[in-house]
Amino acid sequence: MKKHKVAIIEQSELLIKGLEHTLNNSLIFIIDSIVFELPTYVNSAIDIVIVNPNCISQNRKIKIRDLYPSAKIIAMIYHYIDRDAIKQFDDVIEISNSSLKIVQTLENSIKKDVVKNNEMNLEELSDREREILVAVAKGLMNKEIANLHNISVHTVMSHRKNISRKTRIRTVSGLLVYALLNNLIEGNEVLK
Amino acid sequence: MTNSNKYTLISGNIKMADAIFQNHTLLTVLPRFGIGLGFGEKTVSKLCQDYGIDEEIFILICNIHTFDYYAPTDDELENLNIKSVLKYLDESHHYYTKKRISEIEVRLQSMNELCPSNHYKIINTFFCEYKLEIINHFTYEEQVVFPYIDQLINGNTPMEFHIEKYEKNHDNIDDKLNDLKSIIIKYLPEENSPNERDERNDILRDIFLFEDDISKHTRIEEKIVIPIVKKIEQNYEKA
Repeated sequence: MKKHKVAIIEQSELLIKGLEHTLNNSLIFIIDSIVFELPTYVNSAIDIVIVNPNCISQNRKIKIRDLYPSAKIIAMIYHYIDRDAIKQFDDVIEISNSSLKIVQTLENSIKKDVVKNNEMNLEELSDREREILVAVAKGLMNKEIANLHNISVHTVMSHRKNISRKTRIRTVSGLLVYALLNNLIEGNEVLK
Repeated sequence: MTNSNKYTLISGNIKMADAIFQNHTLLTVLPRFGIGLGFGEKTVSKLCQDYGIDEEIFILICNIHTFDYYAPTDDELENLNIKSVLKYLDESHHYYTKKRISEIEVRLQSMNELCPSNHYKIINTFFCEYKLEIINHFTYEEQVVFPYIDQLINGNTPMEFHIEKYEKNHDNIDDKLNDLKSIIIKYLPEENSPNERDERNDILRDIFLFEDDISKHTRIEEKIVIPIVKKIEQNYEKA
């Protein structure tokens, strides 16, 4: 399983040790780097940054996103912090949280991303995709479909990928069911 | 502390009843060990003793069913009795085919009879295909993979087979089940009656639960059986 890379920005040695312990025990996170303040550069793609908001001064907060463009920024909070300041983070963990709660918060922050990615699949199938789907459902091979529609095998494959992404159906017989339910194919066309 | 909380691993010294309160899906695991309810205050250890069950394996399987990312450490794997694991997997196969899969099948069939449209006939056929596929997969494990492992641990010269072959064969078995969910959720035309709607929701819920269960089954094979067998194979090759 791919482990998610975590960077920690915190000054308290005690808290760092605690976080290290918690994350090392979870099987899905790996600590990539630990620093006392916002670094000037980062040399690997980080998935999650756990940061003590006090370690990054107000005017540098924007920059943390530039530094870790694809990462979720999680604030670790142990004393009062302004409500608006919290809003700038993707999520918050508190030192009173249990280890499991912390791991769950980190997990959820990544999951939210997955949901967002799924939202990008809103589109309907295109006419071309529907044609390809029917051919696949009828049991034609990629090469046959390519010849039939005068396109490359590569294009057929890319259509098939998009069809499966949009419909969430991956198997040929699943696509056949789709085609039958949507009246794209007549039942007697496939009955042998 | 006798009270188990939601996040503690299941161990020998907690009450079996508390383990069920912690994770009710364990109810589906019990019959595969031949365990019924009515534990009183019995601990997991005591229960295993009473039933003559391999405690280590029982706890391991309960934890896999309770925690998404749980897997045994290399040290734990070292001392596991793989025969008990295989026995459990075999029992699971029976449990799945006789109970879970047939329940979904019966529901789909009654829908087919209830509704005049062709839709359920199509879905039924699709599910039958899936059923055939998964039963083939189970049979392959029972007749080829498990006997191979048996031979291996009995010290016999293994047949011409490698666990890697099985590992590669192992993907895609859940694809059809996944497709079935998409089809029922997204593409089955709107229901005609409240009765049909309820029934459809129930079928879907059964499929989701079954899918969760079978994913744990796969995890046991991938995180326990395959690593242990690989290690034995390596020892063979060294010798």
